Amino acid sequence: MGAKLRVYKRRIRSVTATKKITKAMEMIAASRIVKAQRQVAASTPYASELTRAVTAVATGSNTQHALTTEVDKPARAAVLLITSDRGLAGGYSSNAIKAAERLTERLKAEGKEVDTFIVGRKGVSYYAFRERTVADSWTGFTDSPTYADAKAVAGPLIEAVLKDTAEGGVDELHIVFTEFVSMMTQSPVDDRLLPLSLKATAETEETAQGEILPLFDFEPSAEDVLDALLPRYVESRIYNALLQAAASKHAATRRAMKSATDNAEELIKSLSRLANAARQAEITQEISEIVGGASALADATAGSD
Amino acid sequence: MAELHVELVAADRQVWSGEASLVVARTSSGDIGVMPGHQPLLGVLQSGPVTIRTTGESGDGTVVAAVHGGFISFADNKLSLLAEIAELSDEIDVQRAERALERAKSAADAAAERRADVRLRAVTGVH
Repeated sequence: MGAKLRVYKRRIRSVTATKKITKAMEMIAASRIVKAQRQVAASTPYASELTRAVTAVATGSNTQHALTTEVDKPARAAVLLITSDRGLAGGYSSNAIKAAERLTERLKAEGKEVDTFIVGRKGVSYYAFRERTVADSWTGFTDSPTYADAKAVAGPLIEAVLKDTAEGGVDELHIVFTEFVSMMTQSPVDDRLLPLSLKATAETEETAQGEILPLFDFEPSAEDVLDALLPRYVESRIYNALLQAAASKHAATRRAMKSATDNAEELIKSLSRLANAARQAEITQEISEIVGGASALADATAGSD
Repeated sequence: MAELHVELVAADRQVWSGEASLVVARTSSGDIGVMPGHQPLLGVLQSGPVTIRTTGESGDGTVVAAVHGGFISFADNKLSLLAEIAELSDEIDVQRAERALERAKSAADAAAERRADVRLRAVTGVH
């Protein structure tokens, strides 16, 4: 076998192996999307009931609470960025990071300091490489987050919100994550969790359900209920964001791996064309060598006669 | 007989839903019983067993669940029990809860002890 043909054969073998791997990763991701979507759906009743309750307390009582009142001059904001631990998901993490950068720019333009909190190794390494300060970060659970993980993330954030601004607390809490719109579309979004924009929540609630919230009796008191309710609300929103981000990550992986498989197929096709041409050329050369040799031999015998 | 609709939801799943005639839960200021037509209510729950007296389509009977932290909210004859962790009594692994209770007692972990204790009481029905 000629050297050229051997090289082609070797490349075809290696690309075929890569294709098998990407194909397997694509299928794994596809099965995980379904699981992640189910988790999102399972967490929805809790989230919607909680939102209803928060809206009820916040609109049904005149309580002023640290977590609901807007500060006149917000000085510092916290941004929670949700990325993934692993790559091979196309532009998934970098899109989320870009969205966070845009939000940070906007907040800074409004004259606020920004504390960044990060979930996922990709985001952490992005900030570490640029030597930016990160208030806190978490890794290791982005593929299948549990409620306990969401609680762990929410803890320091709520603490920061409750602290006085002068002592390093924050006035606003923003979250950036990748929303799972559909299997084909996932878009990074930024959302303000706190202070609650109650008007917006109340309006959507009312128009969505066509009901007026009843006058609640609070047990033990409206303040205590708010105290207990708002951290849970933040936790549940973060949990929901983590789940959606996980589903988006799997969808992005699936898409990236699908195009990798397609590319490998294309590559194999063009490489085998080249290999065929090389083999053909080799055969042609051999034939012409034989013919040439035979005619030279015939000439020599004819000359000696 | 009048009935109210109950939704018992944990953070990551819906635990139970159906019709009931009476729900007893423990709020931070004491046990509270909710019957159909109760005034709109929103309360903070403590770790404790929740007893649901079922009726209507769900059949007459009693459902007991161990609930750890959360809220009770009642409006429009619809009762929602929101809990970070909620387990029905027949889902609870008694031996595991007993082991957890022993462990919590020896480690003097009051919160864990209470959790295990609530689980056991939900199963045995001693309230």
